[in-house]
Amino acid sequence: MILDLKKLKLRSVNEKLQNIDRKKNKRDFVISNPEGNHAVCAGLTENIDVTIKGHVGYYCAGMNQNANIIVDGNVGTGVAENMMSGKVHVKGNASQSAGATAHGGTLIIDGDASSRCGISMKGIDIIVKGSVGHMSAFMAQSGNLVVCGDAGEALGDSLYETDIYVKGKVKSLGADCEEKKMSKKHKTKLKELLKRAGSNIKPEQFKRYGSARKLYNFNIDNVSNY
Amino acid sequence: MCGIVGIYLKSRKFEKSLGGMLSKMLVSMESRGPDSAGFAIYKSDKKKIYKYSICLNDMSFEKFKNEIKKKVKLTNIEKNSDHVILKSIEKPSKILPILEDFSTISLVGYGKSIEIFKQVGSPSNVVKKFNLDNFSGTHAIGHTRMATESAITTDGSHPYSTGEDECLVHNGSLSNHNNLRRKLKKNGSKFSSDNDTEVAAGYISDSLKKRNLKQTLNKGLSDLDGFYTFIAGTHSGFAVLRDEIACKPAVIAETKDYVAISSEFQAMAHLPNVNNAKIFEPEPGIVYSWGK
Repeated sequence: MILDLKKLKLRSVNEKLQNIDRKKNKRDFVISNPEGNHAVCAGLTENIDVTIKGHVGYYCAGMNQNANIIVDGNVGTGVAENMMSGKVHVKGNASQSAGATAHGGTLIIDGDASSRCGISMKGIDIIVKGSVGHMSAFMAQSGNLVVCGDAGEALGDSLYETDIYVKGKVKSLGADCEEKKMSKKHKTKLKELLKRAGSNIKPEQFKRYGSARKLYNFNIDNVSNY
Repeated sequence: MCGIVGIYLKSRKFEKSLGGMLSKMLVSMESRGPDSAGFAIYKSDKKKIYKYSICLNDMSFEKFKNEIKKKVKLTNIEKNSDHVILKSIEKPSKILPILEDFSTISLVGYGKSIEIFKQVGSPSNVVKKFNLDNFSGTHAIGHTRMATESAITTDGSHPYSTGEDECLVHNGSLSNHNNLRRKLKKNGSKFSSDNDTEVAAGYISDSLKKRNLKQTLNKGLSDLDGFYTFIAGTHSGFAVLRDEIACKPAVIAETKDYVAISSEFQAMAHLPNVNNAKIFEPEPGIVYSWGK
């Protein structure tokens, strides 16, 4: 079913996708002419497939549960922010705060993501095939961030228990983030994550970064790092 | 918040439709800035003629025309709503003091190619009022304002022009503008408002006396403290700079015919062939510039 945003109002398109009749068998939707609108496909809860043909604005697929959303274009700030489950695949580039605070599901970005990718992420798996900007995985709590390109300044600043894998260069690590050993367990996990994104890059080419766990509790010697 | 937009034409294909392109961009940024709007449009007419963009405020056009005719050798004077474009071969050093003597009017910009129009009200009303759709030109910059640190007035609207053919639009706020204003005033700069962006424009004009635009903006990274995405225009093109934290958004679309920049992609969604454009976000702390 094609939903044309040139003809239909954004609110009616979102309402339709948020209130899917389970008895009917419609599970495939295409949104055409998104023209940079904000909050396209926000708050979906059912296991449906939606393809957005074009570039979208802020908070696309925010709060997603179960839905499989493909964006054939670029996305603005906060794609898949607070996602709970499901899958969001961006074929272009993403702006800042991609996957912010998300609890679950998978976010795949074929291009680059800009600053603060995965900020405060709480369980989502993010796979970026390009590079990420500064302050990515800031205060990230759990889940995985995979970067096939480079990472900008202050990667993983004030990090909790997210695993970060970067293939390229890291401009600088944030406070309390350090390089970690890549064990067999991590290689297996990374291989599975890359496979989910359709990538066959070898896990051995990546480095793993995680929390040094020195800022968990207040320590006067660390005062300059807080 | 605020919305900023700009188009630089790489080929002559869209020169006639530049005003129409910019007008749609401004209107779609109304949600980011409903308080006032303005635009600077560059079009080179004749090499020797200066254009002075003036907001009449409460003065009537006839009265202004009669009085200015006595003092200045006019080539042309044209009314556009409450603004006037005055053309003369006489140099700014002579004309600017004369215009300063009119206490009720405001000079919003001058130069050989720039024309500036700005006013309070919603962007859709402002573009209609000045008939932006009918303008042609080589490049243009626009702004929709959500006022934060100074009043909603014509003087508080962007773009700010503090030098010949120069202008600046800004999304963000500066925290060291009072100190910087004092310093620049000592060096002879003049300011007509309490606005932070006007100080940044004055800073750029002052620095352009010694440096080019790219060097100026690079120096600005250490001298201007605050949040900003700037578009700075000159007679030959424009440059874009985001602060190093990149708090304020910007997206650029480039095709073989034009470069467009806006706060959000939706402002560019109507531009010709935009879906095949190279679309990217300018990186923080890096100066991007286009020009002849």
